[in-house]
Amino acid sequence: MYKEERHTTRRFRWLGLVVFAALALSIFIGRYPTPPWMPPSYLWRDDLARRLVLHLRLPRLLTAFLMGVTLAATGACMQIIFRNPLVCSGFLGVSQGAAFGAAFSIIFLSHSPLVIEICATGFALSALVVSYLLAWNIRYGDWVLRLVLAGIVSSALFSSGVGVLKYLADPLSELPDIVFWLMGGLWAVTWRDLLYILPVVVGGLAVLFSMRWRLNLLALRDDTAFSLGAAPARERALVLAASVAATAVVVAVGGVVGWIGLIVPHIARRIVGADAQKLIPASMLIGGVFSLLCDNLARTLRAGEIPLGIVTSLIGAFIFIAMFARNDLRVGK
Amino acid sequence: MNPGPMISLAGVHFSYDGPDQPVLRDLSLAIPRAAVTAILGPNGSGKTTLLSLILGMLSPQEGTIRIDGRIQADYSRRAMSRLMGLVPQEESYPFGFSVLEYVLLGRAPYLGLLERPGPVDVQAAWKALETAGLAALSQRPIPSLSGGERQLATVARALAQEPSVLLLDEPTAHLDLSNRRCVLDVIRALSDGGVTAVLTTHDPNAAAAVADHVVLMRQGQLVAAGPVEMVFNAANLSATYGLPVEVVRVHGRPIVLAL
Repeated sequence: MYKEERHTTRRFRWLGLVVFAALALSIFIGRYPTPPWMPPSYLWRDDLARRLVLHLRLPRLLTAFLMGVTLAATGACMQIIFRNPLVCSGFLGVSQGAAFGAAFSIIFLSHSPLVIEICATGFALSALVVSYLLAWNIRYGDWVLRLVLAGIVSSALFSSGVGVLKYLADPLSELPDIVFWLMGGLWAVTWRDLLYILPVVVGGLAVLFSMRWRLNLLALRDDTAFSLGAAPARERALVLAASVAATAVVVAVGGVVGWIGLIVPHIARRIVGADAQKLIPASMLIGGVFSLLCDNLARTLRAGEIPLGIVTSLIGAFIFIAMFARNDLRVGK
Repeated sequence: MNPGPMISLAGVHFSYDGPDQPVLRDLSLAIPRAAVTAILGPNGSGKTTLLSLILGMLSPQEGTIRIDGRIQADYSRRAMSRLMGLVPQEESYPFGFSVLEYVLLGRAPYLGLLERPGPVDVQAAWKALETAGLAALSQRPIPSLSGGERQLATVARALAQEPSVLLLDEPTAHLDLSNRRCVLDVIRALSDGGVTAVLTTHDPNAAAAVADHVVLMRQGQLVAAGPVEMVFNAANLSATYGLPVEVVRVHGRPIVLAL
């Protein structure tokens, strides 16, 4: 109907193409047989290459992609429902809660990935509950501001808890595991991990994706949203629950991987505009590609793995600086 | 069509923190259909609270509010949002929506939780944009608009709801003279087209410029209510603002001067 709609459609086609290319090429990127590239013919010539792709690279690629999709989409949702361009998915204590749960499991329960994941998910959700309870009891500002404050406090509580656990940890057998987990990474991902996150992530993202236009209402003032027939508190809680559940399982598997949930929604906004109807799908696609490319770097650049969280933070910070310096961060009044 | 008043309040009592600090006390008034009614009073007289009560965001501790003859609380949220639109005092326009994207949000009362606007909704949004005189700016990001244009965009968003009643909270508070004229003209035109417009203002001259009826309030109580010609006099306005005022007429329109 209008020029802008056609532009957006074309941009989504391009994004889809980029996603497909990134996924396909990533299968052949890696340190086997020689970094950084495996000729495709190895897939039918070399049995080891085939098994490597099937059992290690594929689940890892898909998890990296899904992680980026989740963090970016939930980050965009959080920015919308908190009307704040600087919050992201791990905000409200979720990231620090998951970190605490993982460290707790490594020291007191088990090093087994499944136990760590369940423990991290459980503490991520309890950090959210702490944030909510705190927000109920703060007597300052409106609901959004109270939740933001409560999120800061809850994150601080759990990160000091992580500090205590690191102090208690055995420096030889436990501390390296905790530190590596805190910096985030997908080096140990298997099909089982992917299966662990898949149902929650797909469920959570389905809620966010199908509410993508409605999300816009939650960015308005509460009285305006009310006058438009929305139930702001209830709908915000629904979006929050879907976002946090998906974020919690992803963080539980991949560790604390920062910046994706903050920077990708801003990139997406520059490409398709601020309307959540387009912003959410665009964030998903860009987040997936961003995370995938960062993970490719993390596993290919050096013989030993570079923690993914370091790569995303480094690249994310540079993009952020570039966007701020060009004054392109489209944040309305 | 029900010939009675569009909105009527009977013995409405409301307080935020306990009965000893009432914001509205024993308020009874009627707001006529298809006219512009200005609720006028000093800051803190309960004007915005009154709008929230009419909208149903707050419920009165005592008394009844009727909209189109029916008790406010009997309306479903969806029915109410199709009947009544709100232009709040300050809207938040996060993340640089385009004007059209923003106005389309006014279609929410007609769309379910998981639905997205279709061609019918886009058409309604365009109509609202044209009524507000913003069609040429439809693709501009809201943060790039002037204060007056932004206020008109908010009005257009409420118009996309196709409401019978439009509530406007201080619609001219931050506007310069020409922008104020623009916004008031749109409100006037809407009312001539059959919409019941209710606006609050602390500025008696803004009220005089557009309203058919005025409701004068002071400290949560009614001072006077009725057609402008009957109510807009020095005695009533002095009682409303608690200071001596004089009403002079310029080109037949009342202008209020504080003495």
